[in-house]
Amino acid sequence: MTEVALAAQAQPRRRRRRGSLQAILATTPMIIAAVGVFVICILFSIFWSMTNSKLFPNFNFIGLTQYQRLWGTDRWIVSVQNVLVFGSISLIVGLVFGYLLAVFMDQRIRQEDLFRSIFLYPFAMSLVVTGLVWQWMYDPNLGIQSAVRSLGWTGFTFAPLIHESTALYGVIVGGVWNGVGVTMAILLAGLRGVDGEIWKAAKVDGIPTWRTYLFIALPMMRGAIATAFVLQLTGVVRVFDIVVAMTGGGPGFSTQVPALYVIQHLTDRVNVGQGMAAATMMLAPVMLLIVLRGLFVMRAESRAKRGAK
Amino acid sequence: MTTMTMGAGDPRGPKPKRMTASRIGVYAFLIISALFFLTPLWVMLVTSFKTMDEVRQGFLFNWPANFTFDPWIKAWDTACTGRYCDGLKPGFWNSVKITLLSVPVSIVVAMINGYALSFWRYKGSELLFSVLVFGAFVPYQVVIYPLIIGMSKVGLFATLPGIVIVHTIFGMPILTLLYRNYFAALPSELFKAGRVDGAGFWGIFFRIMLPMSVPVSIVAVILQTTGIWNDFLFGLVFAGRENMPMTVQLNNIVQTTTGIREYNVNMAATILTAAVPLVVYFVSGKWFVRGIAAGAVKG
Repeated sequence: MTEVALAAQAQPRRRRRRGSLQAILATTPMIIAAVGVFVICILFSIFWSMTNSKLFPNFNFIGLTQYQRLWGTDRWIVSVQNVLVFGSISLIVGLVFGYLLAVFMDQRIRQEDLFRSIFLYPFAMSLVVTGLVWQWMYDPNLGIQSAVRSLGWTGFTFAPLIHESTALYGVIVGGVWNGVGVTMAILLAGLRGVDGEIWKAAKVDGIPTWRTYLFIALPMMRGAIATAFVLQLTGVVRVFDIVVAMTGGGPGFSTQVPALYVIQHLTDRVNVGQGMAAATMMLAPVMLLIVLRGLFVMRAESRAKRGAK
Repeated sequence: MTTMTMGAGDPRGPKPKRMTASRIGVYAFLIISALFFLTPLWVMLVTSFKTMDEVRQGFLFNWPANFTFDPWIKAWDTACTGRYCDGLKPGFWNSVKITLLSVPVSIVVAMINGYALSFWRYKGSELLFSVLVFGAFVPYQVVIYPLIIGMSKVGLFATLPGIVIVHTIFGMPILTLLYRNYFAALPSELFKAGRVDGAGFWGIFFRIMLPMSVPVSIVAVILQTTGIWNDFLFGLVFAGRENMPMTVQLNNIVQTTTGIREYNVNMAATILTAAVPLVVYFVSGKWFVRGIAAGAVKG
């Protein structure tokens, strides 16, 4: 073993250098993507958000006017409110429903694989497909509403997409249907990772099963919860496909979201400057998360130092 | 790489007794949930085999009285998007082309990245990696427009190579993370032994690391195949009319406002679009879950 280590160290320096030159060449696509797309493109977006670009980008600097206009536009304000409502309800319902499914799946049930397949298959389908299927089921004349009415319950109303006040909730149901199986799978894996001794100890202490799941197991699976949470959150910030397929942002602005606002301004509304201001605002929550994470890491490090003393 | 063991392990819950009330409750909850998940698939299937006359009667959940394949044939062959009435088949073949090219290209690039980042770090490589991980969380809208401008400057906008490059770029953060974590967890003796034998960057890559990376590559193939097939935004923006993928064409067919809406054709078209990822899902089984979880490992 030591011989191998010595031999590796004894490699001539020159070879090591050539290796790292090759590594740089081999990772050229990564360098281009990281610097070219995730740095330079973002900087260009921010820059163009401070110009009055319309159909084509220009360099007429107008300061923060686009942002003033943005936050004075109803369509944008409603987009932000919608994504907050969509996001918070989707996250809460997704995590609660996902954890419930995981707990019930954990009861040594028969046909576990069958249930898992049923809960997960919607995620394999695209959000466009999801949106179109739910749009069809919500159809006021031929969908669920009319099917239930034809059974004799003539006063039954269930057509969320045609009313401004309910359309967003209709989209949320479709989104949860598509993605909750993944949350279930991740949380179930987390549950199975909890030490088996904990269950025995809880049993000996006479703690009811539901309390064990809620107050003992749940806090022990922070990793799985964080994974499920991050996965859902990135989906929420990006929400676009399902809205386009299901409602196109309507009726009115009622299901308008920021991602759609940006695309509308780049295409139909031909206002690149305004679209870029909106896009830059979409970056804000990501930056906030990164800063929070940085603070968290710093605090953990300073704690570790104090602990070392 | 704890996620590689996902789905393994036994249920930890209390041992089941006989069919008690709580057992019935457990199954009732699971079965009702299963109905919620299965209903849209059922509705899609039965609608797609009905005639329009039957669809208009409004019995959404009923089995078709007059079973017909016509909606499927129409969806595939003659359904209209605007002026073009070629059905979904051009979109299907475009999606096949895009997926068959983008999956291997994006995976090979990410594999080399992950390998270099694990064993051949150079000055700045860690910083590049951090930028890439940051890129995994950037909303696409933030970079889309400058990318359009950049790609049209070099003549790649609205071309097949263009859309392949776009998928490679946006698949790179997660795939690179996946491969880096995988290679970093391999015993370093493997690499050192290769060095002792005089193998260089590519020698070690092809002779040792490539054969070792089969399990993680299966996950990557599943992740990319379903992800690229299901993509809508990039296809809409970067593919152009000539290479319009199936998802975009499906949406165009269904949302076409001229004429009467043919719901049975729309649902047949929807199932056709969902078919490829569904087959991937049912064939790959538990690997699919690993793929999704791998996509979310440590932010």
